[in-house]
Amino acid sequence: MPDKKPISSVNDFVVRFANVNGSGSASANEMFARAILRHGVPVSPRNIFPSNIQGLPTWYEVRVTEDGHLGARGGVDMMVAMNPQTWDKDVAGIEPGGYLFYDSTKPMPSTKFRDDITVIGVPLTAITNSTYTDPRQRQLFKNIIYLGSLSALLDMDPKLIEQLIGEQYKGKEKLLSSNVHALHLGRDWALQNLKCPIGLRVKKSDKVGDRIFIEGNSAAALGAVYGGATVCAWYPITPSSSVAEAFTAHCKKYRHDPETGKAKYAIVQGEDELASIGIVIGASWNGARAFTATSGPGISLMTEFIGLSYFAEIPAVIMNIQRAGPSTGMPTRTQQCDIIACAYASHGDTKHVLLFPEDPAEAFEFAAAAFDLAERLQTTIFLMLDLDIGMNHRLCRPLKWDDARQYDRGKVMTAEMLEEGRDFGRYLDVDGDGIPYRTYPGTHPTKGSYFTRGTSRDRYARYSEEGSVYADNMQRLVRKFETAQDLVPRPLQANAERPTKYGVIYFGSTSPAMDEAIGLLEARGHQLDRLRIRAFPFHSSVASFLAEHDFVYVVEQNRDSQLRQLIVNENGIDPVRLVPIVHYDGTPITARFIAKAIGDHQDHLKVTPLRKAVS
Amino acid sequence: MTYIAKPKFHHPGLKKNELGYTHRDYEGKISTLCAGCGHDSITASIIEACYELSIEPHRVAKISGIGCSSKTPDYFLGNSHGFNSVHGRMPSVLTGANLANRDLIYLGVSGDGDSASIGFGQFAHSIRRGVNMTYIVENNGVYGLTKGQFSATADRGSKSKKGVTNTDNAIDLVAIALQLGATFVARSFSGDKAQLVPLIAAAIRHKGASFIDVISPCIAFNNHAGSTKSFDYVREHNDAVNRLDVLVGRDPIAVDYAPGTVQLVEQHDGSKIALRKIDADYDPHDRLGAQTFLQKHAAKGQIVTGLLYVDPDAEDLHEHLNTVETPLNTLEADTLCPGSAVLDKINASLR
Repeated sequence: MPDKKPISSVNDFVVRFANVNGSGSASANEMFARAILRHGVPVSPRNIFPSNIQGLPTWYEVRVTEDGHLGARGGVDMMVAMNPQTWDKDVAGIEPGGYLFYDSTKPMPSTKFRDDITVIGVPLTAITNSTYTDPRQRQLFKNIIYLGSLSALLDMDPKLIEQLIGEQYKGKEKLLSSNVHALHLGRDWALQNLKCPIGLRVKKSDKVGDRIFIEGNSAAALGAVYGGATVCAWYPITPSSSVAEAFTAHCKKYRHDPETGKAKYAIVQGEDELASIGIVIGASWNGARAFTATSGPGISLMTEFIGLSYFAEIPAVIMNIQRAGPSTGMPTRTQQCDIIACAYASHGDTKHVLLFPEDPAEAFEFAAAAFDLAERLQTTIFLMLDLDIGMNHRLCRPLKWDDARQYDRGKVMTAEMLEEGRDFGRYLDVDGDGIPYRTYPGTHPTKGSYFTRGTSRDRYARYSEEGSVYADNMQRLVRKFETAQDLVPRPLQANAERPTKYGVIYFGSTSPAMDEAIGLLEARGHQLDRLRIRAFPFHSSVASFLAEHDFVYVVEQNRDSQLRQLIVNENGIDPVRLVPIVHYDGTPITARFIAKAIGDHQDHLKVTPLRKAVS
Repeated sequence: MTYIAKPKFHHPGLKKNELGYTHRDYEGKISTLCAGCGHDSITASIIEACYELSIEPHRVAKISGIGCSSKTPDYFLGNSHGFNSVHGRMPSVLTGANLANRDLIYLGVSGDGDSASIGFGQFAHSIRRGVNMTYIVENNGVYGLTKGQFSATADRGSKSKKGVTNTDNAIDLVAIALQLGATFVARSFSGDKAQLVPLIAAAIRHKGASFIDVISPCIAFNNHAGSTKSFDYVREHNDAVNRLDVLVGRDPIAVDYAPGTVQLVEQHDGSKIALRKIDADYDPHDRLGAQTFLQKHAAKGQIVTGLLYVDPDAEDLHEHLNTVETPLNTLEADTLCPGSAVLDKINASLR
């Protein structure tokens, strides 16, 4: 018996699977997460993987959360330790009173365990080897066998898992029945030999609702399909490659002419990120909706073109799935570390529009919106995802599309308009919003052509190095950026129950951890108003929020508090009032971390929690 | 100088092409390059070729990188859209533009610094992909705009104007283009309009990646003794494999040549190239033979010019990607967006 009371919890615990990369565990682990969802219980899974294809350790963590806290929690209640390489660290990471599930085929010395946890051994290898002879089958079915054992230990309904297997192997009867068989091998062994269930249990609930379970990269790619992207150029880089791969898969399904079978899209895997963005710029210049997906190192390479897009005013959509930098950094770990690099990308005075989706549903919406914004504003739009949103399945509201919606192709002067005698100046601000008209190449035999260049030019696109002409153009670009403020998604504010002098600003994948942290902080008596920033340039409500609070915490996942720098820089406010809360070790930020950091700061300010003051 | 407006009037008797356009309709702004620059001769040849082919000027997209050569698209086809993009990146910009609208003619203009140094990779990959374009390198072996540094096409042992000897090996873009699978490969000399104009015309009519390396002496920095890209040197070492004419539609010019010395090559679009062979053994359909021929002559210090290779049945990138015939830039939500009913099904599959 463990010397600490075993953890007892229904629908609220964390299971972590420790596997070897390339062992085929991913699909079994994902099935585990999906099976819990089918019980009506929300889960939040995360891949923790190395920059490697085979052999190095990989983990899959499933947070089971009836309350719907989708951020990472921290800590592990049950470790499924399938990787001898990481055994010691994995065992050490279990919460006191937690559970260790392992393959007991080979006896382990007692020193390899802990006294304060419950150890559950299942002879997985022995069961597998006595059933299967093919080595690959042995490896794959071992994963399904532990899934079966876990279903018994956690009191899960095996019918729901069978249903999932049925959906996955629909039409492949042999694979279907052998998977179900493996599931029951593991389940029956556990039922016959172990005390089931343990203290951690899954109980049917109704907290999932109509929500969907999707990776951010796939959702963003779908947003590009719905948003009318026809040209995609990309260069493989973790964690963004699955955007282009998902776009390819979605296009194959939804973008072929039913009669001719021909493609209503063009996807090119470029020779590098320079070519990728060059293709996007060329296609957008010529009136197609085009995008690329990349990560930090790709952004660095693309910056010269991004400057061209800004100055020559050519639409472009760049999806940046951020990972830990600088340099190659930690390619498979998450961060929000390219805020400054993207906001001011390229030499000279430049500013770019950034969108910060919080989850796959917003990734879908903002991806589609990015193409409208790029064509309306004739500039680069960055969709700022990160590995945490991009490469993990996240529970989110269903994707929505209004069939009446038309694409906003922006200010494009047509042959008819030119024929009417409209004055066409490529860089002429006719409407006072800083946005000029453009023409597509090939529009009219004698009117509307112009020479696009990255050099300075006048309002009619004629080369000029005249100081006043240059300044006039640069001022118009500032005006255009001001116009952008009201076109991009606005910040969302949520106020505390009682008026407070304290606020918190956050964005992107921090969202679920922040929502949960607010609950933890309120429990400690700290009241905070929240502002979730969804885009740069900042809407005027950001300045108002800052003015209304004495101290504002800025929570983000990078070392240098980059969003805070951007806010200070763009709003010209006293930096002392903006308190950085940063998490940057490459793991997703947790509610526990945020609550502790803000709570400690509040204590440091000698704030008397309201609850104490009134009691 | 560009601040001098070019007068629009012209002689009323100026010849018109099939579309009713004169030469003047294919001109652009006044060149800002040095007087006598080889690039201006190439500009004149491009104008001539487009006029002869009766191309609607606005249906051409002119795309370039950075450098003296890349400035030239401003000096021809003034009614076309031009794009003076980023140094060495013309090929990717052109590729993207081509994907967006397959109906226009794409003319890529680049230099030796632009294509053989900073943009060597982009040059190679656009050729590999078979982008339907005419890729012209105005090759002077020198960085003109930054005043005379060697470029990657400068021959080993050639001397700069300041007397420095180049010790690096030269890149022969024609040899590389052949190796990478370009389906139309030619070399010419800016001073040889009779050869260059039909080459450009044939390249424009060719479907696929057409590459023309045009040796174009830099009169300011690379036209001295010791240079291998000077007017005198190229004239002395030029070895033309063929002379050609492009026959479009009913043009009867083919009859002018004696049988046996003329080879007719029919391209995809029905146009014909009449090759007047100077070197009797030369077969422009043999990629391997072309490579060998080139190397042999290079070893002898000869610069081979003419149409070195053509594959009249070439496919282009759009065929590889199986894209629709309608230009992608004209498609709207009604054909691109799968709609809410499909999205509901997608949602259902994600639960």
